Amino acid sequence: MASWIPLWLHKLGSPPTFYRFAGVLQPWAMAMALLLGAIGLYGGLVLAPADYQQGDAYRIIFIHVPSAWMSMFIYAVMGVASFIALVWRIKLAEVVAMESAPIGAAFTFITLVTGSLWGKPMWGTWWTWDARLTSELVLLFLFLGVIGLYHAFEDRRQGARAAAFLAIIGIINVPIVHFSVNWWNTLHQGSTVNVFGQSKISGAMLWPLLTVTLATKFYYAASLFRRARTDLLDLESGKDWVRRIAEGEAGR
Amino acid sequence: MSALLHFLVTGDGVAAFFRMGGYAAYVWPAYALFFVVLAADTVAPRLRRRRVLTELRARLARQSARQERKPPSTPASP
Repeated sequence: MASWIPLWLHKLGSPPTFYRFAGVLQPWAMAMALLLGAIGLYGGLVLAPADYQQGDAYRIIFIHVPSAWMSMFIYAVMGVASFIALVWRIKLAEVVAMESAPIGAAFTFITLVTGSLWGKPMWGTWWTWDARLTSELVLLFLFLGVIGLYHAFEDRRQGARAAAFLAIIGIINVPIVHFSVNWWNTLHQGSTVNVFGQSKISGAMLWPLLTVTLATKFYYAASLFRRARTDLLDLESGKDWVRRIAEGEAGR
Repeated sequence: MSALLHFLVTGDGVAAFFRMGGYAAYVWPAYALFFVVLAADTVAPRLRRRRVLTELRARLARQSARQERKPPSTPASP
């Protein structure tokens, strides 16, 4: 491996080191997720005023938009980890990619259903085959495809490589989801929050939205750490360090 | 702040809060789904972890039992 990569990064890639590292960080990430989630949802559900057009129905935005951002963010992480896994054959990268998929699928599912619950009172329909909704549905199918392909192989690492390949091909869908509201005429509204430039949302609604978004980021970290730790125990169950953990927890 | 002020002044804020301006049937199921799905995502790896460690301990117990039963060259046949 290239010598410019610092030594600690090499060490972090080794399963027992990552297991301990993730075990230390996981409760903190979960605590931050719960704290920021509580603050953000209080701000969104109680403090923020009702929308002048949509009344209180717009409050679905505080979970719908963070979940939608997470669905794309997690796919991007899965894609990058898949690339690393295929090129350098790092076991931890396979674990990160494959354990991201169920979390991403969960957020994509939340996005679709909350969007549907928002669409019914505002658009008058639960579902429409427009560009944004359809590409987000394709994103869900890509996550489910990665999960399914991973589990279709007897050999776990072989399955991870096949699924990583699918994950990389599917990255093409992420910009399609993001730009679908600009490229096509859709029922879905355009971007409300702009990283570069003025956001089209009042500050009283923006800060809860961004706080919940940060909470979902921490949630993803916590969930990924929890899942990766479990997966490493399973993958490395023949190794001494896993035996020591199994024997250490025998009393429980 | 207006919702909070309304709640503090009138006191009927709790009922109004749950009514969600008539959109309760859409807002609350959305929030319920959000929490149910993430709770399931939190519980699933914990259950898997318990299963993995239980299986591993059973395998280790079988291994040590096999080693104690000497000589190991003759497998017991019923």
